[in-house]
Amino acid sequence: MTFHRIAAIVLRQYYLLRGSPARVVPMFAWVAIDMVLWGFLTRYLNSVAASGFNFVPALLGAVLLWDFFIRVMQGVTTAFFEEVWSRNFLNFFATPLALPEYVAGLVLTSIATSALGLVAMLLLATTIFGLNFLTYGVLLVPFLLVLFLFGIALGVTATAIVLRFGPAAEWFIWPIPALISPFAGVLYPLATLPVWMQAVSRLLPPAYVFESLRAILAGRPVSIAVLAASGALAAVDILLAGWFFAHIYRHAVRTGLIARYSAETLS
Amino acid sequence: MENLRSMETAIVLSVTGLRKQYGGVLAVDDVSFEVRRKEIVGLLGPNGAGKTTTISMILGVLEPTAGGIRIEGSDLATNRSHALERTNFAAAYTPLPGNLTVAQNLRIFGLLYGVRNLAERIDTLLRQFDLEGFRDVKCGALSSGEQTRVSLAKAMLNAPNLLLLDEPTASLDPATARDIRARIREFAAEGHTGVLWTSHNMYEVEEVCDRVLFLSHGKILLAGDPRQLPSDYGKDNLEELFITVAREPLTLEQA
Repeated sequence: MTFHRIAAIVLRQYYLLRGSPARVVPMFAWVAIDMVLWGFLTRYLNSVAASGFNFVPALLGAVLLWDFFIRVMQGVTTAFFEEVWSRNFLNFFATPLALPEYVAGLVLTSIATSALGLVAMLLLATTIFGLNFLTYGVLLVPFLLVLFLFGIALGVTATAIVLRFGPAAEWFIWPIPALISPFAGVLYPLATLPVWMQAVSRLLPPAYVFESLRAILAGRPVSIAVLAASGALAAVDILLAGWFFAHIYRHAVRTGLIARYSAETLS
Repeated sequence: MENLRSMETAIVLSVTGLRKQYGGVLAVDDVSFEVRRKEIVGLLGPNGAGKTTTISMILGVLEPTAGGIRIEGSDLATNRSHALERTNFAAAYTPLPGNLTVAQNLRIFGLLYGVRNLAERIDTLLRQFDLEGFRDVKCGALSSGEQTRVSLAKAMLNAPNLLLLDEPTASLDPATARDIRARIREFAAEGHTGVLWTSHNMYEVEEVCDRVLFLSHGKILLAGDPRQLPSDYGKDNLEELFITVAREPLTLEQA
């Protein structure tokens, strides 16, 4: 891997973001809307719930972490879509750029953009709605790490799908987080779900994060082993996503799809 | 022995038995040729003859069904990044991203090719291709002729040893096209570059190319000096020969 080629991919995204409010505003707007909406909802629930249970860390904190995961995934996919929209694949892949360098550039871009979104969410959630992250303790770090790894894995998988099926497949990608969220148990315990849905949940690293988050708030012990296993599962997902992307790329080079991407399929 | 070695080091591109098959369609069929330093080779043929398919394979964006490509001795299939480091291309159908400025695009591609003293190199190319006034203009806002000049500047960024030009002057006015041709010829003559050039403008090919390869139905039908070939096949000029290749290739195969 060569640093200057990875830097080129990141620099391109930086130039695009720097000169474009249309790209910068959504990075903050959607997460801000979510924070405000769920912030007021939790405030309302706190006022009507008889139990005295604090909904802020349970719901608003969970939504914040879920939004972080979405930002990580979309950080990868949006950077890739920029090349789709500007029909730049042939220019890029006819250079010495290697596939791992390209993916590394997408991941670094995602780290930068998702970090900005995270900071915006933290500011809103803590200053306006009193969310205290010390409630989660040091486990916040593995929570973010697992969500980050799974977001990258899903982002790379999504880009492979678009590379395989063409620009129109972009519309498969946007709803993926919404499709996963019922299984991830973001807002409710997994025990709420039917058995078959729980089976799917066990394959999703975020599900363990949100179960652990609720365990902390309920005063129950958190299994570090389970959390570590979810991290390992996310790492395996990244490897699988990398393999899948490389497989799809090889297919695109074999069939000529890279050279004629706008045709969507040459089969 | 010494002569043989110097001939081998003079070869920048070596294509051997290249073949590309899409299902039952053979787009490129057992094509072999070489391009040497300071040589401009024209790859000619009617639409669909296999020119762009051949160039795509040399650029590593299309995998051959069979055959080999070596760029400066590096096997493209096994040593892709190294082979492409001193290769570059410009094609009428691949403008640089329109949402970045000329300078931004050149900086990004300069990093991708690992160009040293990049800022200085960009300044030189902007001057050479009369693009200084467009430095901070987005490529999408340029005319097609200006975009072609930007693509050519990008193609020169890494001072390539192998330059692939797919109809590079297609959208240029005759005066600009002549300037560009002169610049590329100069670039090939003074340096260490071999150029593979496709064009449908036979006047241009005669003026620029040292050697031409005529492709028809994916095969090399004729090869030779563009100034000599027409008379060899009883034609008045290269354009007539091109039309015969396109319409009656069998008559040439039999000749």
